[in-house]
Amino acid sequence: MAEIPDITIEVTNLVKSYGPLTAVNNLSFTVKRGEIVGLLGPNGAGKSTTMRILTGYLPATSGSVHICGQPVASHPEATKRHVGYMPENNPLPDDMRVSEYLWFRGRLKEMSRAKLRSRIDEVLELCDLKRNRHRILGRLSKGNKQRVGIAEAILAEPAVIIMDEPTIGLDPHQIIIVRNLIASLRGRMSVIISSHILPEIEETCDRVLIINGGRIVAQGSPAELRHEIFGHTTYHLEVSGDTAALAPQLAAVEPTLRIVTLGDADAASFRAATLMTEHEGDLGEKLLSALPAAGFRVRALGRTQPSLEDVFLAATRRSWDARLPDKKAANSDSRAPLPKV
Amino acid sequence: MRHYFTILSHEIRALLYNPSTYVAAVLFLVVMGFMFSGLLDDYSKAPHETAPAAVFFQVFWIPVFFMVPLLTMKSFAEERRLGTLETLLTTPVTTAEVVLGKFSAAYLFYLLLWGSTIGFHYVLRFYARDIRYLDSGPLIGGYLFIAVSGLLFIALGILASTLTRSQAVAGILTFTLLLGLIGGFSYMSELSILNAEGLAPLKSAVNTLRIPGHVEDFTNGIVDTRQVFFYVTGCILALLFSILGVEAKMLNS
Repeated sequence: MAEIPDITIEVTNLVKSYGPLTAVNNLSFTVKRGEIVGLLGPNGAGKSTTMRILTGYLPATSGSVHICGQPVASHPEATKRHVGYMPENNPLPDDMRVSEYLWFRGRLKEMSRAKLRSRIDEVLELCDLKRNRHRILGRLSKGNKQRVGIAEAILAEPAVIIMDEPTIGLDPHQIIIVRNLIASLRGRMSVIISSHILPEIEETCDRVLIINGGRIVAQGSPAELRHEIFGHTTYHLEVSGDTAALAPQLAAVEPTLRIVTLGDADAASFRAATLMTEHEGDLGEKLLSALPAAGFRVRALGRTQPSLEDVFLAATRRSWDARLPDKKAANSDSRAPLPKV
Repeated sequence: MRHYFTILSHEIRALLYNPSTYVAAVLFLVVMGFMFSGLLDDYSKAPHETAPAAVFFQVFWIPVFFMVPLLTMKSFAEERRLGTLETLLTTPVTTAEVVLGKFSAAYLFYLLLWGSTIGFHYVLRFYARDIRYLDSGPLIGGYLFIAVSGLLFIALGILASTLTRSQAVAGILTFTLLLGLIGGFSYMSELSILNAEGLAPLKSAVNTLRIPGHVEDFTNGIVDTRQVFFYVTGCILALLFSILGVEAKMLNS
């Protein structure tokens, strides 16, 4: 295979419209070699359309896509050699056997017979399909079919692997297998996966692009996204004592620390409180020493990590508020309403 | 064209593994066998001037009307419905290779089916013990016609299949196209309105395109290059439109 440049996918100002409907609106991003990138977005956000354009199956309305340095629009044959693609729902011919299918696909991807023979054994082993190699595709379980799809995508050892919802419809056990499989590709191949199963993306991806309405509304690693979207840390506290004096006490610990919610006292006169701060460090120890010193009894203190789900909800809601995604909100009240944590 | 043979062998394999292929083949041989034996019955009752082979090919349209849709309706419609067309076209194959591969497989099978009817004539000669019954002239001409006209018929079937994701619609569309092509020109050539003075060029054009007339010519040993040209160019045109059909669907799907 030819030299693989450091940036395997380069998308610049990509636009795709179906008549009056704009599915992808001025999308730009790059993917480095060996990186696993997750495309995240609600239904109809333009994930599948973007992926189809990357594979050269759909032409773009405007903008450009380069795969391994070559433009998809003018050199489709060259770029398709670098791409392994698994579409949504992973369509397979029902009447072929697993090994026959892989052989056919390998030949279409211009692999030599000798190489293909050993490579099929390799991918079957990798995807844990050895026992199923002579079974008919139409009779495989959903999880096995999905693994055949992944085996097919990595068969020709492409530089770029594009998978549209690879874990859709799988049971938790199979999701873990598929997730490990994708993680094992890290460093060797660039992988783009789309999903709206968020823990999925959070576990496997180095970088997440959140897309809504055909635009990138947020991007970065899961941790960066949390920080960018929320910009604050939340603590959960269960405390007993004079709660009226709690607020000034907290302000003494950290000026930005404030009470967001305060529950009613339970039987043991403890109240659950949610605290929020813009301070980046961990305030746990300070709180634990300051509150008992001020006469409060503390039963529980926890730092709440906003999940990617919250980030996703906040980010997509933010774009529904018709605010430009690349203009970072200047002050806190222009942020999206916070999801309950 | 390096993927052409991969796709062709894949398609042939699919045909051989598919039970519907054998059902269609049996159906074809049963229908053709009945027609042939009916023909011989006819010949045994009264003397005829033409060879039985010539008459046999006159009814070519009966199997064409049901065999061609059955053979071609699956090719693209099914792949589109299953979504495997998308995976196929994201490999480094060109649309032309896919269309040609599928066309060739269907065409080869069409030839194979017709080729099996050679057995009828052989059986006739064997039992009649008369060399005259295996009149090679009309047979060669007739099978040549089948091979040449099959190019266009199968190509039309492939074209219909690229236009839809439903096999049934593809089959009915193929049937309609073939009916228009085979029946339409025959019907038009008999319209009295074409006998008017000014319409003489149109009349001669329609007569030239009358397909049953082509069968007569071929079985009489006349291989008219104009007719061959008509089928070959028609086939190429239909395949070009099929390529456009596949790609246009990609734009809109």
